[in-house]
Amino acid sequence: MLQDLVISIVYITYAVTVLLLFGTVLTWVERKQAAVMSDRIGANRAYLRIPFTQVKLVWWGLFHGLADGLKMMLKEDFKPNAYDRFAYAIAPWVVFTPILLVFAVIPFGGTLEPGRLLHAFPAAASWFGDRTYPLQIASLDAGLLIVFAFGGIAIIGAMLAGWSSSNKFSLLGALRAGSQMISYELVMALTLLGLILIYGTVDLNDIVRRQSGILLGFVPAWGVFLQPFAAILFLTAAIAENKRIPFDLPEAESELIAGYFTEYSAMKMGLFMFAEFIEIAIVGALFTTLFLGGYNLPYMNDAGFLFPGDVDVRMSHGAVVVTQLVVFLVKVLVMCSFQILIRWTLPRFRYDQLLRFAWRFMLPLALANLVVTVLIVWALKSL
Amino acid sequence: MTNFVDTRAYRRKTYWNEPVMGSWERAYLFEILRGLAITGGVFMRNMWRWVTFRKGALTTYYPEERRADYAANNRGKHVLTQRPDGRPQCIACNMCATVCPAKVIEIEAAFDPTDPVHPKYPARFEIDYSRCIFCGLCVEACPEDAIRMVKDVPNLPSTDRHDMWLKLPELLSWNPQSDVAKPYPPAGAPAQRSRLS
Repeated sequence: MLQDLVISIVYITYAVTVLLLFGTVLTWVERKQAAVMSDRIGANRAYLRIPFTQVKLVWWGLFHGLADGLKMMLKEDFKPNAYDRFAYAIAPWVVFTPILLVFAVIPFGGTLEPGRLLHAFPAAASWFGDRTYPLQIASLDAGLLIVFAFGGIAIIGAMLAGWSSSNKFSLLGALRAGSQMISYELVMALTLLGLILIYGTVDLNDIVRRQSGILLGFVPAWGVFLQPFAAILFLTAAIAENKRIPFDLPEAESELIAGYFTEYSAMKMGLFMFAEFIEIAIVGALFTTLFLGGYNLPYMNDAGFLFPGDVDVRMSHGAVVVTQLVVFLVKVLVMCSFQILIRWTLPRFRYDQLLRFAWRFMLPLALANLVVTVLIVWALKSL
Repeated sequence: MTNFVDTRAYRRKTYWNEPVMGSWERAYLFEILRGLAITGGVFMRNMWRWVTFRKGALTTYYPEERRADYAANNRGKHVLTQRPDGRPQCIACNMCATVCPAKVIEIEAAFDPTDPVHPKYPARFEIDYSRCIFCGLCVEACPEDAIRMVKDVPNLPSTDRHDMWLKLPELLSWNPQSDVAKPYPPAGAPAQRSRLS
């Protein structure tokens, strides 16, 4: 139906815009936060000059991202005499596309009723009627499984890039990336099993709705309070998945130049970098959805707020939708900032430590967490 | 045939100062949290300074702002000393230009018949600060104590490398009230100094 198509196009435009914006802004956030953490000022020289005037807009170096992007676009696309030109050409896209696709199943808001939202325009409102759409590009039952399926594709991209460059550094980086990402993906999936057990679903929208309650009268029923162990393990595994410090062995500058994308230049290299920054936002969005109550504030539902003592604060539909969108973005931004804090605090692992950490420390912990969760869920069910 | 491949298992060398970790450090997570608290605390402190319109960094915005606390033995800028009559001490012997490892000194000698003791003088004396490595060998090589380095910076930030040359008038502008080795300030006639430039 045409209405569905219009809504889908609006959602996809929003999602792609938000992700690309996050990718650009996070390069700036990373620089600035690192600078402030280490008593520096950070990038502050790029400016936009208003034409025909001498007014230079510096805006705390916000335009450095723009300058970087422009530089990447305008650089020569240097190609090595590669072993496999086709694989070399598609590898950045194989890394970049699934990361964008993961966002398709992440709910970035509650329920949208275009008919109520557009009540000022009767023609549009009647065209939409009383259709409702979840604020999610693809509301699939298998949401979480899709996330892992697409997460797995990114490994192939890294391996393709490393193999097709016919460069020792690239190949070493790709091998490291392969074994690291496979190890940590296992841990990541295992930590979430406990959460799936508690919520009884893998539909991300359902998971968010189940987190809007209150535990013990004062704690929001967020996943981070139900499964604190799983939250820590998940975040660790997700950072390892994203190949950032302290898990950045596949692209360790001091050892492998740039790892599996050593031989890439111009915008192809930019795609790898961009994919990494967008994945920070994706990890933040996933963590928000699974552990931080998604787009909902405590006591919030799709009609407004319902505080204890039956204090019912009703909000207009538009206000609810905007609040949910903003709350989601703020939570994601806080999580991104936390990841950057980790990246600029911890030193890099040695490679044997990295794999031992995954298989001998995190995997048993994830399994133990799962067993304990199973026992508690079973005990609560049989009560 | 010698076996060149060392097939023994790799064993990390143990040092005399191996860190001894208790169970608290081995748990790793708590130490990570402590580290995050430290860096996060620094971040919060500096952010608080920035949002209350103070400076939350130790950095100096270089061309706009200059540090006042250069060390007393900082040697960042060259000067040419002057004779009591105000002419440059330099005799354009090119020893500094010869010894300079970065080859940044350019001297053009000229002949001055009015001064029979020092007939050679530099008509042009230029230093390229875009390449100077501040090693001080020119000062060591000078037989006349004509070139020295002082506690200052050339302050030549530019987007064009051709603007980073220090020329003769700037080099001769050093004019202290007194000096250990030379009768300063020079009491030279301005007319004689004007042939420079």
